[in-house]
Amino acid sequence: MSALPSRDPVTAKAVLRVEGLRVELRDGSDVVSDIHFSVAAGEVVGLVGESGSGKTTIASALLAHARAGARIVGGSVWIDGTDLLALPAAELARWRGRRVSYVPQDPAMALSPVLRIGTQLHETLVVHEPALVRAARADRIAQTLRDVGLPSDDAFLRRFPHELSGGQQQRVLLALAFMLRPTLIVLDEPTTALDVTTQAKILETISALCRSHGVAAVYVSHDLAVVRHLADRVIVLYAGRIVEAASRDALFDAPAHPYSEGLLGAIPDVALRTSLRPIPGLAPAPQARPQGCAFAPRCRQRSTTCTERAPALSPSGDGQQVACWHPLTRRGAGRAVAAAVPTPVRDAVPALLEVDGIDAAYGPRQVLFGVSFSLQAGECLALVGESGSGKTTLARALAGLGDHAQGQVRYEGQDLPLNARERDAALRRQIQYVFQNPYRALNPRKTVGRIIGDAVHHFFDVDRAEGLRRAVLALQRVALPPETLALYPGDLSGGERQRVAIARALICEPRVLICDEVTSALDVSVQATVLELLGQLQREGLAILFVTHNLGVVRAVADRIVVLREGRIVEAGAADAVLDRPANLYTRTLVHDSPSLLRASRAPPQPLRAAS
Amino acid sequence: MSSASVRRATVGLGKALREWQVRLGLATTVVVLLFALVGPWLTPQDPQALLGGIYGAPQRDALLGYDYIGHDVVSRVLAGGASLVWMSLATAGIALVVGTALGLVAGYSRRVLDPVIVWWADVLLAFPNLILVLLVVSMLGREPWLIVLVASVAFIPGVVRLVRGLTVGLASREFVEAAEMLGFARWRILVGEILPNLLTPLLVHLGTMLSWAVGILSGLSYLGYGIAPPAADWGLMVNENSMGLQIQPWAVLVPVLLIALLALGTNLLAEGVGRLAARIEDR
Repeated sequence: MSALPSRDPVTAKAVLRVEGLRVELRDGSDVVSDIHFSVAAGEVVGLVGESGSGKTTIASALLAHARAGARIVGGSVWIDGTDLLALPAAELARWRGRRVSYVPQDPAMALSPVLRIGTQLHETLVVHEPALVRAARADRIAQTLRDVGLPSDDAFLRRFPHELSGGQQQRVLLALAFMLRPTLIVLDEPTTALDVTTQAKILETISALCRSHGVAAVYVSHDLAVVRHLADRVIVLYAGRIVEAASRDALFDAPAHPYSEGLLGAIPDVALRTSLRPIPGLAPAPQARPQGCAFAPRCRQRSTTCTERAPALSPSGDGQQVACWHPLTRRGAGRAVAAAVPTPVRDAVPALLEVDGIDAAYGPRQVLFGVSFSLQAGECLALVGESGSGKTTLARALAGLGDHAQGQVRYEGQDLPLNARERDAALRRQIQYVFQNPYRALNPRKTVGRIIGDAVHHFFDVDRAEGLRRAVLALQRVALPPETLALYPGDLSGGERQRVAIARALICEPRVLICDEVTSALDVSVQATVLELLGQLQREGLAILFVTHNLGVVRAVADRIVVLREGRIVEAGAADAVLDRPANLYTRTLVHDSPSLLRASRAPPQPLRAAS
Repeated sequence: MSSASVRRATVGLGKALREWQVRLGLATTVVVLLFALVGPWLTPQDPQALLGGIYGAPQRDALLGYDYIGHDVVSRVLAGGASLVWMSLATAGIALVVGTALGLVAGYSRRVLDPVIVWWADVLLAFPNLILVLLVVSMLGREPWLIVLVASVAFIPGVVRLVRGLTVGLASREFVEAAEMLGFARWRILVGEILPNLLTPLLVHLGTMLSWAVGILSGLSYLGYGIAPPAADWGLMVNENSMGLQIQPWAVLVPVLLIALLALGTNLLAEGVGRLAARIEDR
């Protein structure tokens, strides 16, 4: 392992070299360990992993910082030949921002809401380059703002962060990070909070800046499609270890580690309907990692060696490194599964839910303008739109939380009030809603048994034993064991919580399930499990209204699509037809800007098959 | 599925007892409470009998001496805590129950009842506690139950404010909306969904109210508006014997110390539980 720098030709001019980095929690368990990698000037390295893999821990360790409760206990972070971890605090403060800078995940949280943009930019220069006179500072700021694609006039500098859009805020943070011309820039999921169109533009800017200024970048992300567009090399993390490090093309065309392959197979893609393969099981917590390879319990090809000894990161093929006893060798192994799955053809049946001219307004601001569509029994309709399109307002109105909405909705021919209190019990039971954020949708003070049980006893006149039996059955349908009944939501992971929320909806025996971005808070491998479950429910006859901004997910689950923009429907039709040949300009932009694993390797978007 | 990964995030008693503030507060409170509640049965003498000299010095059968008219101080200390303790508990308890009910309704209804309840709470809040109690007691007499009732009225606005604020936040949380969509009755949402999430802050507030109640009630007796002599009461003892502080300090110091310990103990307990809860919810 220590021989790594001399072996890899790239590291000869490496500006960042991480050696044997180890970060521990208070109880002595490691969040990350044995982290070795290097980044050359102008190179973009993607650091990829699911939640809990340690990617953010590594990102902050590159600035010699550890979050509360964690401590950097070993290794070194060499930047331009200086070990950041060995610097005294005062020296370190000078290095941060100047030699290594950081772009955080949520731009709205990172900018001070009470200071003007110009003040925040000037502040950075005053601290790091006190020698600059005011005019020189202003020049530098103007130039940097132009670099990141922002206006540089005084009016803009006098604005407050809340007066900017999310994309502009993120550009301001990019400006702050690039202004001092750092050697290395660490980007921690800088686009996850943004819409796809904005994301695509920001990614372009980042890419151009790194290339033109020769800045080395570490791009942390859970989104492999984004990394594919941006990175030269990719490092895949699992349970705090590097499991694979490879050039972009090697990783995406021929992943060597079963986990990398699994991740690729679990991602829904906007370009092609594929069958998703979830990775079974969950990533272990730092305290509960198994002996041997941490991935072994979830691995399809584990042997006894895997459960006994942990594999070291070793070379495999051209420049690729993998930590696996049985690395995959077949070229194209990862993409072999990406065979198109035909869209099921369905007969025309009468609509179950008919939405006719819904308007909604929050005070003077109207968010929905006469939206109409219908949902058939057993179909999955995707309601697609970016933030602010009104899609959540619409979904909530259909679910009975429509205080702000007006309009006519018919369910099986009868009028459906938009306020749940005015619906009768049968309607409330048959139309169920699953919330976006599983962390807020379950009462933290009730056990799963009570959360699900309360719903059963509310709608069905059954005794305790029958209620319990149905609760166990509902958990079984979402692949949770009966023991879950005794647990509190705080004891469960995000994916498990979302499945409990779905179980609470299912136990009511609904005919319509409204899902509001149900997978956006989940990791891709867990997302695949949830999507698979929804597909199965749909085949059993459930009608699903799937609200999302993620076109990859839409391609994987939807039969039909309704595209919403600023409260109006701009396009509607069969899912594959709309995604392959979008008629509306806005839809076309959305499809084009959605990151795709498949399209990146194949030339421009093209119709993949005839209309269904 | 390997999902039964049990990581309990709820405040357990065991976890609470590892906090030094909780331990110290709980120990102090329990000792003073036991002393006050069991004391009346352990008095060596009749606490209302005149047995010794005025401000008589401590001696073998009166370890803390005699008070301003010759009562045995040990017996009066033992007998004089019960009234303070039950009145403080009742005051804090009534304020907690009534205030929580009003706060829940105000925070959840948001339309008609909210402004009415909050307006009344603000009016009461603007009125100094002690003065309110003094006013009513001086008009209507110094019955213990009346004092408890009026003191609890003085505490209710604080509880209403706390509960209403938390309820407003919780009412827009998705799990409450989920219950609304399922069509649960309003009282059931208040009691079954929202109230359980208030228990920790309410527990903290109860502790704080207990120490306030101890302060107000002993202050009332000290001012002569509380328990009437010749009955024994810690606050009253301070009043009765303050003239003889230099001759016979025990008749004042011991009740003062016990009142202070009770207030301190409940305060520490509330503070400790609060910090613990904050730390657990942060994670």
